[in-house]
Amino acid sequence: MAEYSSVELLASVASRMLEDKKSVFVGTGLPMVAAMLAQKTHAPNLLIVFEAGGIGPLIPVLPISVGDSRTFWKAIAASSMHDSMSISQAGHLDYGFLGAAQIDMYGNINTTVIGPWEKPLVRLPGSGGANDVGSLCHKTIIIMRQEKRKFVKKVDFLTTPGYLTGPGAREKAGLPAETGPYRVITQLGVYGFDEETKKMKLISVHPGVTIEEVKANTGFNLIIPEEITETEPPSKEELEILRREIDPTGMVLR
Amino acid sequence: MEVLEEGSGELLGWHDPDEMRKWVLKNKSRELKDKTMSVKEAVKRFVHSGDVIAIGGFGHVRIPMAVIYEIVRQKKRNLALLAKTAVHDADVLIASGCVSKIEVAYCFGHELRGLSPASRRAVETGKCRVVAEISNAGFQWRFLAAMMGVPFIPTRVMLGTDTFKKSSAKIVKDPFTGKPICLLPACYPDVAIIHVHRCDVYGNCQIDGILVEDFELARAAKRLIVTTEEIVENERIRTEPWRTVIPFFTVDAVCEVPYGSHPCEMPGIYFSDEEHIAEWLRLSKTDEGVKQYLDKYVYSVEKFEDYLELVGGIKKLNYLKKVEMLKAPMKAPWAKR
Repeated sequence: MAEYSSVELLASVASRMLEDKKSVFVGTGLPMVAAMLAQKTHAPNLLIVFEAGGIGPLIPVLPISVGDSRTFWKAIAASSMHDSMSISQAGHLDYGFLGAAQIDMYGNINTTVIGPWEKPLVRLPGSGGANDVGSLCHKTIIIMRQEKRKFVKKVDFLTTPGYLTGPGAREKAGLPAETGPYRVITQLGVYGFDEETKKMKLISVHPGVTIEEVKANTGFNLIIPEEITETEPPSKEELEILRREIDPTGMVLR
Repeated sequence: MEVLEEGSGELLGWHDPDEMRKWVLKNKSRELKDKTMSVKEAVKRFVHSGDVIAIGGFGHVRIPMAVIYEIVRQKKRNLALLAKTAVHDADVLIASGCVSKIEVAYCFGHELRGLSPASRRAVETGKCRVVAEISNAGFQWRFLAAMMGVPFIPTRVMLGTDTFKKSSAKIVKDPFTGKPICLLPACYPDVAIIHVHRCDVYGNCQIDGILVEDFELARAAKRLIVTTEEIVENERIRTEPWRTVIPFFTVDAVCEVPYGSHPCEMPGIYFSDEEHIAEWLRLSKTDEGVKQYLDKYVYSVEKFEDYLELVGGIKKLNYLKKVEMLKAPMKAPWAKR
C-alpha cells in the first residue's frame, strides 16, 4: 500500500463522492483539489462551478483562488457571480463543496468567528459564498479537520445552514426544500446524517482509525451504527495525479 | 408584507430609489466626454474620507491596486469597506488605517495563502469594526437591486443563520408562496473602483474572463473610477459592442495603468506575484513590518511605473506573463513543499 498524508486521503475520499455528469459548486482549498481529482479520474464530465463565474472549466493546475483564471480555463463559460449564484438558487447544482472551522451535530457550519462576534478571539474570513452554497445546492459535502473544539455542541457563529435545529427546520426557515448537508469528511472518517433526526452519524472510519478516536475528537453525541465500513485508501494512481498534476507546489497538499 | 425577522447589522449604502434617480439625473452625465486623468487626481476628486467603498474584481483577481496605493498615500480615513471577497486590497487598506467599518462577506483571509495577519489584528484589537455580515451572493444581489433601481431584492440565502442575524437584511412572508424569504436591501456604494482590460477615453469598458459582480457594481455605484490596462479607440468598442460590460455614463474617471492589478492577477495577461504577496504576508505580521512595507512600496513611490520597477521591473512582469499562460511554474514562497 502506498504511503499518503491525511490531506491526500481527504482529497481522494472527497473526490470519489462526486459523480460523473453531475454539477458541483466548489469552494476554496481542499474542495478544489477533490473536484479536480474527480475530473481527472472517474468523473471527466463533472460540471465544476465557481462562485466568481467560472463554469465548466477543465482546470489545468490548482487555482489559488476560486476566482483566478485557472477557474475558467477551457470552461464552457466565463460568466459572473450573479449567474453562478442564480443557477444555484434555481436548482441546477447537485453538490456543494465546503470547508469549515466548526460544525455541530446538525451540520451547521461556522467560518466567521471564534469567540463572541462582538469581541472575536479569532476573526475568520466570514461566509464568502459558503452560506449560499449550503443554502442552495441539493447536497452539501463538508471537508474539515476533526478535533473536539471543531466538532462542537454549538457553533460559536452559525455562518452556513446545516439542518439548523433538526427535521423540518430548513424548510420552516424558508430554505429550498430537500437540501442540506450530505456528507462530512475528516481525517478520521466519513459521516452522514440520520434520515429521521438529521443528526450526524458515522459511516466509515479511515484505515487505522478506531471508533474511540472518533469519539474522543467529537464534542457532541455522534450516532454510531452497528455497521461501519473502513474507508478505501487513496490509490497509487490518485496519489500520482494529486502530487504531479494537481498540486506540485504544495499549496494544499502540504 | 409581514416582517418576520430583522437583521441587526448596520445598513450601509442604502438610499430610497427615488433619491437615487434624482442623484443620477444630477451627477451622471450622458455626454460622451474624455474622462482620462491621473490616478492621483481621480482619488482626490472621487474618494472621500468616510465614503462607503467597494472594490471590483475578486480576492486577488483584477484588483485596482494603483488606486488602493493612492488612497493609502492620500491618507483617506474612516472608509466603510464593502468586503465582497476583499483580500489583498482590503488587507492593505485596513492595515494602512484607512478603514473604520467593514461589512463582511469574505475578508481577513488570502484564500489558500492563509489568514491576513494585519487586518485580523485590526479587527481583533478593535481598530476597525465589523458592522455587518453578509454572504457573497448577498452582496452581489444588493448591487443588483441598486442597479435595477429597486429598494430590495428577494432571495433564498442567509435564512436561519447568524449571518442573517448580523446582516442588514429582513425576512418577510412572501405574498406569493407564503414561505419566508430574505429581502436584501439595495446597496449604492459612494465610490467603486474597477480595473478592466481595456476601455475608451469615455469609459466604455471591456473585461476578458469572469465579470464577478462588476457588471452590477458599476451600475450601482454613485461614483466610479475605472483603471485600465490600455485605452483603446472608441471605434474598437463600437466594432464589438456586445463586449461592453460597463457603459461610459456610469464612469467618472478613466486612468490608464498597465499592470495596474499587481501584485494581483490580470486574467489572460499576468498572474499574481506570489513572491511579493508572500513578502506582504511576512512583513504584515507586525505593525512595524506594515510600516516598512508601506514606506518602501507606497509612501516613497510617486508613480506606479516606479513601483513596478521596485517590485522587479520588466523581468518580473515577463515572468508573471509566462505563469499566467502556464508557460512557467509558479513560485509560491508561502507553499510548503
